[in-house]
Amino acid sequence: MALKIAVLVKEVPDAAVQKRIDPATGRIDRSGERNLNPYDTHAIECAVQLKEGNEIEVDEIIAVTMGPESAVRALHKAVSLGADRSIHLTDAALAGSDVSATGYALAKVLEAEAPDLVLLGQQSDDGESYTVGSVVADHLRAPSLSQVIKLDVVDGGLRLERQAEYGYDTLQIPFPAVISVGDAINEPRYPSLKAIMGAKKKPLETKSAADAGIDTAQVGASGSNVQCGDFHAPAAKAPGQVIEDENTNETVEKIVAWLDERKLI
Amino acid sequence: MADILVYVLHNGDAFNKNSLGAVSEAAARAAEIGGSAHAAVLGGEELTDEMVAGLGAYGASKVFRTRGTAGLAAPVVDFLDTVIAAHGQRYAIFGGGLLGFEIAGGLAARRNAGLTSEVVEVQAQDGELVAHRPILADSQISVSRYRGNLGIIIGRINAFEAKRSGAGAAEIVDIEVEYQPFSNAAQLISRGEQRGAAVDIEGADVLVAVGRGFGSGDNLAMADELAGAFGGNSAVAATRAVVDAGWAPYASQIGQTGKTVAPKLYLAAGISGAIQHKVGMQSSENIVAINKDANAPIFEFSDLGVVGDLNKILPKLTDAIKAKKG
Repeated sequence: MALKIAVLVKEVPDAAVQKRIDPATGRIDRSGERNLNPYDTHAIECAVQLKEGNEIEVDEIIAVTMGPESAVRALHKAVSLGADRSIHLTDAALAGSDVSATGYALAKVLEAEAPDLVLLGQQSDDGESYTVGSVVADHLRAPSLSQVIKLDVVDGGLRLERQAEYGYDTLQIPFPAVISVGDAINEPRYPSLKAIMGAKKKPLETKSAADAGIDTAQVGASGSNVQCGDFHAPAAKAPGQVIEDENTNETVEKIVAWLDERKLI
Repeated sequence: MADILVYVLHNGDAFNKNSLGAVSEAAARAAEIGGSAHAAVLGGEELTDEMVAGLGAYGASKVFRTRGTAGLAAPVVDFLDTVIAAHGQRYAIFGGGLLGFEIAGGLAARRNAGLTSEVVEVQAQDGELVAHRPILADSQISVSRYRGNLGIIIGRINAFEAKRSGAGAAEIVDIEVEYQPFSNAAQLISRGEQRGAAVDIEGADVLVAVGRGFGSGDNLAMADELAGAFGGNSAVAATRAVVDAGWAPYASQIGQTGKTVAPKLYLAAGISGAIQHKVGMQSSENIVAINKDANAPIFEFSDLGVVGDLNKILPKLTDAIKAKKG
């Protein structure tokens, strides 16, 4: 068999941007510099390694995202890292979707593509719900596993390893499957200049909620069953002392004095 | 009726501490909204009547039990779906952990329910539960309210304390579950493999914790030497990244899928301070962090932060501590 792989990706505020809540909407303020969610690059790398390897034939790698117009850049980045084409689900009706609604919407797009393997990163750098893969998998009625750090093709399926509550688990899972990969699975490569330049020429399909067959009553802020609000600062711990190491002998003296004061030596 | 259902994870003959905490939390909150706490367990013959009824001591009035393979999420989703369809629990609380995220995600899809991850506090308000979760690197708290028939709460590791309420045995209700064809498609070949040496970090007074910033497994010798200089009851602990890379044994891992510790001194070197790590060590009495990145989140919760290169600092610190101790 030749695999069709879909990689779910997301655009997130750049790691260098101070993230905040927009008080008007109660959603994360996603203005400012944005980038492909760094955890997703591990999922793309995993797909590309399967394609380059000779364990199994890979037909194509499709990057899929849901988000506003700007999310196209995350798809371009995904393509520059090795995806063959991409799908952008975008619709005003989807704005404000919670994890459950987002997973449903993404599953509708994936249903139409019927991939053998859906890959995603372990978490998003902004929402951090850790659960969207499991939501998607249940809608697709496919077996699923998260935090996978080793993935091999064995006996026509996947042999997977991950660390869970009691140590390392090893599993065998058939296709089709939904797998979220941990950041220890690989070291994502940097895209070549040629790949970056060529990314915009690869096929990109834009889909509305209606195109994907999404019931708009089940998505968006009004279709979501969780409402977030009442944002407030947590009880803060008093900030600790910080030393910049300019002269290491002096720094070490300060650390030792600090430890000694607290009778820790 | 506003009952709360808790999936209780187990391994062998022991229940998971975070799951027991979720049962206690569910019991306390259910009492405030006029309901009861129900537990759900899935496994083999190890789930004896005595073990299962013992969940009553943590506040469960009923325990639903079914037979299946423990350690996988999908069978539990089918099980909880069956229980909720029959009994109409209004909320489901998970104690956290990987399986908690996976089961909760599947259940949310199956029953079209809202879900909140990483919850640190649950409150009863006007007969409903609201969930507090830290967001944006713990700089803000967001409060979730639920619509629909079911609200799902995934607790952060160690957020809910297991409390013995003194109540008696829980009623056991055995359930037959019709599993979905895909639910048992994943086959667990081995579970809970312990990689690396057996080390005890939970009893240590001083922990030198190492992160990816060490760059290679060979460099961990610097941490061994520093721990040795402290002498007495000290040990080296590690982050998940370091353990996954094979530089340190799994038994020395701190955090979400590792150990929770609270030593007198936690000296973290080359650790950025991701939430998954923080949850396992934030109760330490004194936290010292050494990291070359001044923006590392660990400096937000360390008592003494040192911005600098651990390769330069650790050897000199080791010598200075040895000299101090004479």
